[in-house]
Amino acid sequence: MKEPQLDVQADLVEEILVRFLRTEAGKFGFTRAVLGLSGGIDSAVSAALAVRAFGPENVLAVMMPYATSDPASEADAREVAASLGLEPRLVDISAMADGYLAQEDVEDRMRRGNVMARTRMIVLYDLSVEWGGLVIGTSNKTEALLGYSTQFGDSASALNPIGDLYKHQVFQLARHLELPSSVIDKPPSADLFAGQTDEDELGFTYEEADRLLYLLVDERYDVDRLVEAGFEREFVLKVVRRVAMNQYKRLPPIIAKLSSRTINHDFRYLRSWGH
Amino acid sequence: MTTRLHLAQLDPTLGNLDANLAKHVAAIDAARADGAELVFFPELSLSGYFLKDQTAEVALARDAAPLEALRELSKELTIGAGFVERARDGRLYNAYAIFEDGKLLHVHRKVHLVTYGMFEEGRDFAAGEHFQVAESKHGRIGVMICEDLWHASSAWLYFLAGVDLFLVPSAGPARGVSAVHDGFGSTRTWRTLLTNVGAMFQGWALYVNRVGCEDGITFGGGSRVVDPFGAEQTALDSLDVGALACEIDLAECERARLKTPLRRDEKPWLVLRELQRLEEEER
Repeated sequence: MKEPQLDVQADLVEEILVRFLRTEAGKFGFTRAVLGLSGGIDSAVSAALAVRAFGPENVLAVMMPYATSDPASEADAREVAASLGLEPRLVDISAMADGYLAQEDVEDRMRRGNVMARTRMIVLYDLSVEWGGLVIGTSNKTEALLGYSTQFGDSASALNPIGDLYKHQVFQLARHLELPSSVIDKPPSADLFAGQTDEDELGFTYEEADRLLYLLVDERYDVDRLVEAGFEREFVLKVVRRVAMNQYKRLPPIIAKLSSRTINHDFRYLRSWGH
Repeated sequence: MTTRLHLAQLDPTLGNLDANLAKHVAAIDAARADGAELVFFPELSLSGYFLKDQTAEVALARDAAPLEALRELSKELTIGAGFVERARDGRLYNAYAIFEDGKLLHVHRKVHLVTYGMFEEGRDFAAGEHFQVAESKHGRIGVMICEDLWHASSAWLYFLAGVDLFLVPSAGPARGVSAVHDGFGSTRTWRTLLTNVGAMFQGWALYVNRVGCEDGITFGGGSRVVDPFGAEQTALDSLDVGALACEIDLAECERARLKTPLRRDEKPWLVLRELQRLEEEER
C-alpha cells in the first residue's frame, strides 16, 4: 500500500481557494464576507483566505465567546485578526445562549455545546445581512467526515474554502499563510469547556485519523487492506462507522418523494443556476 | 506554410447563452485582430458545463441563433465551439461545431460520455456514434471532446483517417494538489495524454480547456499545443481567461511521418480480425 500523501502544494491550494471564494461570492453579487474567529486554526485559515480574496476591509471577523470560553482563545483570535489587518468584532453570546440554557435548565455538555454553536450561527447569519457579506465556513474535511461538528451550527456556511482539506493540510496551509504560531502550535479545541481538546474527545489523534481517512476516502482502500497495512481493526471500524453514521450532517434534510419532480431527488440544479 | 491559431481559454457562465455568445464574439474579434485563421473554444463553451436539468433548457438545434451568429463570423476565420445539441429526434448531445467560410462544416457528438466521480454526463446526454473527420481548408481535423481522448481508439481511428489536427476541447476540473508532484495532477495527466497522441499519431494535438468555477469545482485551464513529434510547443498554464496563440505547420506532420512511418506500418485489418476473434470468444 502507498503511504498516505497528505502534504499538499500549499501555493496551488491557496490560489484555488482564493479564486473559489472570489468567483463563487461574485456570482451572487457579493464582494464581502463574514466569519467566526475562534482563535483556532481552522477559522484562522479561512479568515486568511477570505482576506486574500476580498481584502481586509471587506471581511468581518466575529469573536463570539461564551462565559466559559478560555480567555486565551480570544487573545489568539485577536492576534490572528491583527496579523491579517482585521478589526475583529466581539459578540459575547453568554446572555443569548443562557436565555435558553438557563430557562430550560440544560446541563448536558453536548447539548450545551450544540446550543453555543447554533447561537454563533445565528449571530453570523444576522451580521451577514448587516455587513452585506456571505458566511464563510471553517469546517475541515477531517471533522466533517468524523461528524465532529454541530449540524446547523459551526457546519453552517454559504461557502467553505477548507472543506476538502484534512486537518494535517489545514496546519500546512496555516504555516504557508504565515499565521501566528500561537494558533498553529496549540492543541485543537472546540473550547466549549475548560481543558477540552479535540483529540481527547475523539479518542485518537488527528494525524492518525487523517492518515486513515485519506486511505479510506481518497484512495478507496477497504478495511481488510488497511488492517494488513498495520492499522488496528478496531480503530478502522470505529472511524468507518463514524463516517457513515454522520452522513446526515453533510446533506440537506431528506424529502419524502410524492410528485414526479422532487427537490434534490430529480430537480437537479447547481447553486450557480441563473447567476 | 504556417497557420496561426488561437485556443480561447474561456470561463463560460452556467446556462447563459447570451453572455457566453458575447464572450465568444469578443475572443473571435481578438483572434482576428491577432491574425489568427482559426479559433477554438472549450467543451460546452456556449452553455457551461455542470448543467444537470438545465441541459435541455440550453439545447440548440444546429440552426439556432447563437450558432447562426458564429456561422456568420466564420466568413473571416474558422471557429470551433461547444454546445448542447438538440437533435431532430429530441436526443441531446454534448456537441462541438466547426464553422468555416460562413458554413457549418462539421459537428462532433461526444462519444465517451463521462459518468463517474463528479461527472454525470451519461444521465443528461446521448452518446455520439462516430469519429468523422472535419475536412477544413486548414487541414483534416479530428475532434475529441475531453473524455474521448482517454480512449485510445478515438485518436487511433482519426489517425487511420489521416488527421492532421487532433482537437481536444475540454471542461476539465483542476484537481490533485499533492506535494509529491509539481502542479495539478490533472494538468500532468492531460500533458501525458496529449504528448502521447502527438507522438503516436503524428499530428498536432490541440487542447483547449475552460477556466472558472461552478459550485466549488474549478476548471483547470492549461490549454496546450503538442507537435506531431510529441513535443509540447506552448501552453497556457493559468487559471485565468486568456488565449493561447500559436503557429502550426502541416508540413511538420509529413516530416514526422517520413521519419517514422507509423501509418504505413499500422495494421488496421489485423486489428479488425482480432476484434472479431475477441467478439467470438466473448459469445
